[in-house]
Amino acid sequence: MLKTHSLAFSYNSQKTFKFPDIQLDTGQHLLILGESGIGKTTLLHLMAGLLKPQSGNVELMGTSLNELSSAHLDRFRGQHIGLVFQRPHFIQSLSVEKNLTLVQYLAGKSKDKNRVKAVLDSLGILHKIKEKPQRLSQGEQQRVAIAVAVINGPQLILADEPTASLDDKNCSRVATLLKEQAAASSSLLIIITHDQRLKDHFSNTLTL
Amino acid sequence: MNIFLLSIRNMTSRPLSTVLSLILLTLGVGIISLILQVNHHIQEQMANNVRGINMVVGAKGSPLQLILSAVYHIDAPTGNISLKEAEELQKNGMVELGIPLSYGDSYEGYRIVGTDHNYPTLYNAEVAEGRLWKDPLEVTVGASVARILGMKIGDTFAGAHGLSEGGESHDDHQYEIVGILKHSNSVLDQLILTDTRSVWAVHDHGDEHEEGEHHDDEHDDHDHEAHDEEHEGEHDDHDHEAHDEEHEGEHDEHDHEDHGEEREITAMLVKFRNPIALLQLPRRVNETTNMQAAVPSYEINRLFSLMGVGIDTLNTIALVIMLVSGLSVFISLYNALRDRMYEMALMRTYGATRWQLVWLVLQEGLLLTLFGFLLGFIFSRLGLWLVSQFMQSSYHYEFAGWFWLPEEMWLLGIALSIGLVAALLPAIQIFNINISKTLAND
Repeated sequence: MLKTHSLAFSYNSQKTFKFPDIQLDTGQHLLILGESGIGKTTLLHLMAGLLKPQSGNVELMGTSLNELSSAHLDRFRGQHIGLVFQRPHFIQSLSVEKNLTLVQYLAGKSKDKNRVKAVLDSLGILHKIKEKPQRLSQGEQQRVAIAVAVINGPQLILADEPTASLDDKNCSRVATLLKEQAAASSSLLIIITHDQRLKDHFSNTLTL
Repeated sequence: MNIFLLSIRNMTSRPLSTVLSLILLTLGVGIISLILQVNHHIQEQMANNVRGINMVVGAKGSPLQLILSAVYHIDAPTGNISLKEAEELQKNGMVELGIPLSYGDSYEGYRIVGTDHNYPTLYNAEVAEGRLWKDPLEVTVGASVARILGMKIGDTFAGAHGLSEGGESHDDHQYEIVGILKHSNSVLDQLILTDTRSVWAVHDHGDEHEEGEHHDDEHDDHDHEAHDEEHEGEHDDHDHEAHDEEHEGEHDEHDHEDHGEEREITAMLVKFRNPIALLQLPRRVNETTNMQAAVPSYEINRLFSLMGVGIDTLNTIALVIMLVSGLSVFISLYNALRDRMYEMALMRTYGATRWQLVWLVLQEGLLLTLFGFLLGFIFSRLGLWLVSQFMQSSYHYEFAGWFWLPEEMWLLGIALSIGLVAALLPAIQIFNINISKTLAND
């Protein structure tokens, strides 16, 4: 389902990041561990098609991201890839519900309020549906971020340091929720982190 | 949720800067639109009222004042001219029509104008109710006067001396309303029309109690019964009504002859047979008679060129306000964008394309200026209504009709362009956004 092949990227001529090849099949999870500055986020952005690799290739469901035009890539990403960031960010002027329906709209899907409610319910934050996201606690915000990532039933969920700013309790809850959500939409899950606490939750790990 | 709703949400989520932009736009658009409208209405009224009048003759003085008083009835008359002299001018071969005007009295601030039936004909005025005046002291009132004062046929009233309310009342001469004109969208709507002889009658009585002055009152059979009865048999009494009764038929012609040269009117509106007269007649009148000739089209152009300076200044100020509002829209969008760059990158990761986001920002600029324009439009119509009320109460002028001027189409175009230009730089930034960097930097 996901294949990366000899990915390399450089921000300047001094340093070039080279990444090991990754191959994941349906339902598999991968925890990528690494220290800061080693290019974890760069790898995640390459896999999400947010950066163009200097060389190498990312292939998701048989589609090579390199070959898509900018607009097609945006659409493809919206429909098939869900992203969770270290610090959750939302459209501030919109409520939790509207954020989610906007994500549905931007991916070209029709507005599905039942899906929004179901996802929020499975994450245990249905009662926050009308709140503005910035009013929520950090743990709740991270759960809304997961809701945003999975709302369109993506084939690939990419999480960048999703637990870095959370306490132990919230950390393991987020890890569990990510696995549950990935299982619910039978998507691939890749978590990139330096957070050693997550090692216990995932068997398939890769250290950069 | 879609891009359009998101634009609106974004605007309402920063109410202060949105309101500031809207206020500035409203002021700019409102002032320009108001000036355009007022200017248009004044020009229209001016042009409408001058139609068919090639020249105005009146007493010597300011030609502009003569035009303003005789054509538009918004200024005091320059004085009186001799009827005889005016009638001589009327006989001139180049003159097609001369309409005498005698004014100086008013009722509730509305001018009573003594004239002949050519005056309503000049403005194609039709009678809505009743008929035109025939005998002295019969009046036909303009549509607006009748409406505002609630006048009906058969009502009587006394004119007051002078053109403003509160002048000395000519109580012993009651005018009777015999007709009401239809709206002609001309100065006639604001006037009370009567026969020239009525004005003479009222003033002869008021000014001098001499015998034989009152031949004009011979048909004046209303409201004077008491007088007539009182003086029946007292033929030596020089009270005018009795006198007139006595001399009816015999002395009428005689009186006219006698006093014709003393008769005065205030002004005469002149229509030429052909345009060449314009080159000769006004100069001849000014050089060879005691009267002054003024050409309305020339004086009105002069007036507009004088007013033009003020209008241009106001327009410039309003334009500057609009530009400042454009700047405010720009700052508002730019600041908002700096805070929202991450949101924009985030939306790209959700599947939004570059163009969707560019359109999002352009749309915000356009929506802001469009709302501003609509508010300005309402503002200008409200202003116009107020100006109209003011004109109505101080000059008895009304603005008729509510137009959508072609210039306002331009104004809409300018407003939207300002919104577009203000949104352009933020839009370019968004187009070139580096998603990865923006996301990683936070």
